[in-house]
Amino acid sequence: MEGVAIRASGLTKWFGDGDLRRTAVRDVTFEARFGELLYVVGPSGSGKTTLLSMLSGILRPDGGSVSLEQTDIWSLKADELARFRLDKIGFVFQDYHLFPRLTTAENVAVPLILKRRPWDQAIAQATAQLDEVGLKDRAGLPPVKLSGGEQQRVAIARAVVSRPDFLILDEPTASLDGETGRRVIELVRREMLTGNRCILIVTHDARIFEFADRILHLEDGKLTGVEQGHLAS
Amino acid sequence: MSGILRIAYRLLVNDRGKFAALLIGITFAVLLMIMMTSIYAGVMSRASATIINTGASMWVMDRGVTSVVSSVPLPDYVLDAVRSVPGVKYAVPMFTGNGLVKLPDGDYQAVSIVGLDDSTLFGRPRMLAGRIEDVYADNGFIVVKDAEYSKLRSPGVGTQFELNDHRAVIVGIAQVASGSLFGIPTLYTTYSRATQDLPSTRFTLSYVLVEPKSRSDVPAIEAAVDALGYRALTRDRFIARTAEFYKYQTGLGVNLLLMTLISFIVGMSISGQTFYTFILENLEKFGALKAIGARSSELIGMILFQAAFTGLTGYGLGVGLSALLIAMAKLRLPTYAAMITFGNLGVAFIMVLIITTVASYIGVRRVLRIEPFDVFRG
Repeated sequence: MEGVAIRASGLTKWFGDGDLRRTAVRDVTFEARFGELLYVVGPSGSGKTTLLSMLSGILRPDGGSVSLEQTDIWSLKADELARFRLDKIGFVFQDYHLFPRLTTAENVAVPLILKRRPWDQAIAQATAQLDEVGLKDRAGLPPVKLSGGEQQRVAIARAVVSRPDFLILDEPTASLDGETGRRVIELVRREMLTGNRCILIVTHDARIFEFADRILHLEDGKLTGVEQGHLAS
Repeated sequence: MSGILRIAYRLLVNDRGKFAALLIGITFAVLLMIMMTSIYAGVMSRASATIINTGASMWVMDRGVTSVVSSVPLPDYVLDAVRSVPGVKYAVPMFTGNGLVKLPDGDYQAVSIVGLDDSTLFGRPRMLAGRIEDVYADNGFIVVKDAEYSKLRSPGVGTQFELNDHRAVIVGIAQVASGSLFGIPTLYTTYSRATQDLPSTRFTLSYVLVEPKSRSDVPAIEAAVDALGYRALTRDRFIARTAEFYKYQTGLGVNLLLMTLISFIVGMSISGQTFYTFILENLEKFGALKAIGARSSELIGMILFQAAFTGLTGYGLGVGLSALLIAMAKLRLPTYAAMITFGNLGVAFIMVLIITTVASYIGVRRVLRIEPFDVFRG
């Protein structure tokens, strides 16, 4: 384990106003280190996704602060924050959100293209990344021609293709069967977790808890406990 | 093309169904708009055919004249009076009217007769066969070889027929810049023969054609003619007056304008709605792009590019299709009055710009309002 990657302090978020106000995340404080694979778990509606969104710079908190690599991300301007996300954070969305009209390689190349890499170079790097997740032969196909597990791996390849320091996965096994889900997380743990990267996974899938270094338990928006993962113990 | 625009391009054209619907909407709108405005331009050009073909700088006429075909005969003294106006270089008489030709097979065909000044033949057409001087020969007429020419059984030099019970001989074949609106052939002859052969009222002078000494003399000539109780108009103003007559007195202009507007609205509805659906279907993907790190300006650029690409492609297809349809129509119907002008193209282009601007504005608004957080929430 190396230095502090994420420092969340007093994170609070509520939705609605007046009598309708509902607090989704309440005063959450924790730290995560580089080289660490951290789970945020809890029942549905516990505020996992809201917390993840605040940590990754896409939902502004109503209270508290988030530092990624010593940068207070919520003090950045909108364009600076977008650039920070592009440079530092890789996302794997629950529904993958792959472009059905682009090929698999083009989908993976999207972050590189947003970084103004030349098209051919971006596609070549994306194809190499697909090779790392075992999908090189699928590079020219549209995502709809792939299985759920393969689409998940494409989404992971897209998330890591620009070598981000933070990898954020939202319910990565929700649409997969148990065995495929385990294989995907195993791949993430084995291939994507490096000493320079911190991985945050939101899940309620207990079958994959074994791959975590630490598990944060969230309930009704509050951090109720931090558990060492089986690997760490 | 930058990588982001290339993604935008692929998202657009790879969605073939939507892209086809977008193109059809804009192409259809452009086709209708260009067809309508081209018919309008064609009709207006033909309505002013006599003015364009004669080439006179100024026309003197009765104040009651609303278009070039509805001349009101002037007393002969008007010609002398105009000639005496300071600033007039020369003035010549002109006759326009209609006659009835009895063809060799016994059929009758209405014709338009233009009587040119005997001394100068001012306003003469460009000769394709024969000599213009031959119009002075006995019963000499020059036939215009235009879309209506065949209605006289395509006569050659030397062909004879009856014109209002007078013998007429074709002594030449000519060409003019613009065909007539009313679908009847045109014959040129001298002013004196025209007024002799065609039944007329007490006065026979249709117009006095005037050439001013300089452009600066035009206002003074107009004022002097006005003082005589008549009207003098420059060529362009007479064309405009004729056009106004057809636009507002016949309802033609208003109808064509309404059809153009309806085409625009239909095109905007189809394209706007399809583009909006296209954006809606990709909304989550745009949200994902936002989450990954795309800036709002980049997303706006993608949408504007998609709208502009669709608009320009649809515009090109619409223009091409219009030109093809008009060309095909003219092959079958040589009298078909439609012409594509730069003005028509400009109007259609501006309307396409409006359609694409509205469609992209709606799309941009939706995309800017999508929050990456919504993508996480699913």
